[in-house]
Amino acid sequence: MRDISMERVNTTRQEILDIIKSPTLTHEQKMVCLAGKADSLLEVMDLPEGLDELLNAPIETQCICDLNEGHAPMRPRYIAPDYEKFLKNGSAFLQLEPPTDLFEALNALLIIYKHVPSITNYPVYLGQLDDLLEPYIDTVDEKTARKLIRLFLLQVDRTILDSFSHADIGPKPTRAGLYILEAEKELEDAVPNLSLKYEEGVTDDAFMLSAIDCALHSAKPSFANHLMFRRELTDRYVIASCYNGLPLGGGSYTLCRLILGNIAKRASGIEDFKTRELPRVMEIMAAYMDERIRFEVEESGFFEHNFLIREGLVERERFTAMFGLVGLAEAVNILLEKEGRKGRFGHDQAANDLGVEIMEVIDAFNQAHVNPYCEVTGGHFLLHAQVGIASDVGVTPGTRIPIGEEPEELIDQLLVLSRFHHYFPSGTGDIFPIDVTVHRNPEYVLDIIKGAFRKDLRYLSFYSSDSDVIRVTGYLVKRSEMEKLDAGNAVLQDTTALGLGASKNGKILERKVR
Amino acid sequence: MKKTDKTTAVVNKIIPFSSVDGPGCRTAIFLQGCNINCRYCHNPETRALCSACGDCVRACPGGALQRARAAGGGLRILWDREKCLGCDTCIRICPHGASPKVRVMTPFQVMERVRRQIPFIRGISVSGGECMLYPEFLTELFTLARQEGLGTLIDSNGTIPFRDHPDLLEVSDGVMLDIKAFDSGDHERITDAPNALVLDNALFLGERGKLYEVRFVIAPHLYDCEKSTEAAGRFLRDIYRDHPFRIKLIACRPMGVRKEYADFRSPSKEYLERLREVLSRMGYREIIMI
Repeated sequence: MRDISMERVNTTRQEILDIIKSPTLTHEQKMVCLAGKADSLLEVMDLPEGLDELLNAPIETQCICDLNEGHAPMRPRYIAPDYEKFLKNGSAFLQLEPPTDLFEALNALLIIYKHVPSITNYPVYLGQLDDLLEPYIDTVDEKTARKLIRLFLLQVDRTILDSFSHADIGPKPTRAGLYILEAEKELEDAVPNLSLKYEEGVTDDAFMLSAIDCALHSAKPSFANHLMFRRELTDRYVIASCYNGLPLGGGSYTLCRLILGNIAKRASGIEDFKTRELPRVMEIMAAYMDERIRFEVEESGFFEHNFLIREGLVERERFTAMFGLVGLAEAVNILLEKEGRKGRFGHDQAANDLGVEIMEVIDAFNQAHVNPYCEVTGGHFLLHAQVGIASDVGVTPGTRIPIGEEPEELIDQLLVLSRFHHYFPSGTGDIFPIDVTVHRNPEYVLDIIKGAFRKDLRYLSFYSSDSDVIRVTGYLVKRSEMEKLDAGNAVLQDTTALGLGASKNGKILERKVR
Repeated sequence: MKKTDKTTAVVNKIIPFSSVDGPGCRTAIFLQGCNINCRYCHNPETRALCSACGDCVRACPGGALQRARAAGGGLRILWDREKCLGCDTCIRICPHGASPKVRVMTPFQVMERVRRQIPFIRGISVSGGECMLYPEFLTELFTLARQEGLGTLIDSNGTIPFRDHPDLLEVSDGVMLDIKAFDSGDHERITDAPNALVLDNALFLGERGKLYEVRFVIAPHLYDCEKSTEAAGRFLRDIYRDHPFRIKLIACRPMGVRKEYADFRSPSKEYLERLREVLSRMGYREIIMI
């Protein structure tokens, strides 16, 4: 372990004291922040040359961002346990027998959630809830089943204090799935995040209309293109955290992101960007990710000792990593300006074409880069259109069109998006606030989803323009909770602070209403 | 632009994705010109065809309008989409209830604009103005739309007899029909036209399963809506049994209404709910209130 300066120690000590005295952090939030500060004092990884300048810079110039993963990752960033196996076998470590009815199944899940780590210290994946619960649904009467599921979801919202916790349902309609949708529609809570895996011909319209009805009340579920995901990741995939497609029974070691706009600022023009600046930054980020993965696999001990590994609920061989990016829009606009050419990303054919060219460069790099611990995805990372973080200023998530610049007509926006979603098996997505009149015509949303998925869009979220629960970038918050926090009060969920930051820095309340 | 070729129409606008013009997501096409004069018309600029008087040319702050001689020799107003500021001054000051921002289009040209929305839409709906002023255009457009697997709906005020247009009905999924008042005297006070044809159309379409939706515009300041809704409900009950349709209760709102007719209060949600109750007691199932 390398030494660090006393100056850095003292800065960190002051930050620790500030956390302890914070009026707006809850006890649990303080504990998480304190752990992060402890970890930040370590220097145990062998970092690639050139990283420091690209990583440790203000948001106006930063080119690589590791999304607060810390200096000594002690567990993979995203973990997606095989809960079906857990319910089938029980757990020796947790001293649980396999459940025999719905009471026990829900109880078992609530127990294990407490023991699934992640970057947020809360589980980012809660399971394919409909498939998990359907086998137990007849062990109680219908009224009891509905009530139990509702209470389960309520407990999840009040104890898993982070809306990156994500549950999945679909593609087949089930009673459990329907009860979940009905409960969420009434609860209007931020947690869990929820995806419905949709496949035309498998998911019936009636089930979808219940889901859309739920989404227009509680901003969830989002809709995932099941056909597309399973072609890339097989049927054993999950949607976790924001909208991340990952192998079930595994997950992602790490997620770092390229800040493309700032890389474009360093380039003299399009050619220089594509052949020199971007490849250099990608090399360094990939080397950094390789080193993080090496530490997790070879040194952290997680893959030898954690009960999830020991009981086969995750396997080391089913982990991959996410090669993320943000700010394609800024990169395209900056490069065109440098070339003295007209055009704006999202609006002009030439600009959108340049966006595609840049994605081709990134995709080719990723396909050529090999990491020995990403066997499940052919030895490569998966591309990820990252949704941004609260402190981003002037950085558009992934390949989205910036808020405030959305094309006048939704069709034009969708046709642009359809050129980019296919690059990102580990997640991308777009969000549409919908005018309330659509409450009387949910089939309008259904038609858009069907059309979008036929056009190879991957993941879509809708919320009603007047609802309290809204989707920030990939996660959910309540407007009412953001207002409380803004007034200086502590709030239950840590994501509320992220939402508040994004609403001030990222204009998320100003999206074009469709 | 007084007369149009039979197989063209004057198009006021095309909305690529509409959520309020029939089931699901549809492209809505609004044709210019209307044969009645509803006091509460929400887009009064779609009522008349442009007479090329030129008032709007002088008023346009963007210089987007020009008066020019058309190929046929008559005068017409040319609209430059690029220069247009979208301020709608032309529409506000037009003394005729027309708009210079229209295009004469063939069914094929309209279909080109529709195709872009495939596969996001399940169909097209044509509205107005009164789109039944262009029956041949509709027939051709719907024939093209059906070739693409799209649904075809007509939005009509019901004052043009559908029984005269069997070819059009053949390629239409159905009609969304306004019954603006059940009593003909009321109807005439609201629209300047009696309603005998409207009611005849309702029965004619209903019996053939071509009545997709019946709309009541609820405007208590103009007529007794409770009495009218109940009477219309009784009138339609027999055909509903064999060929059910959807009913839409539309609360009349002042937005977009001409100034001289805009001084009224919209009916309350409770009022609409009462009307819904009346219809639902008669056995009508799908009743939407907006």
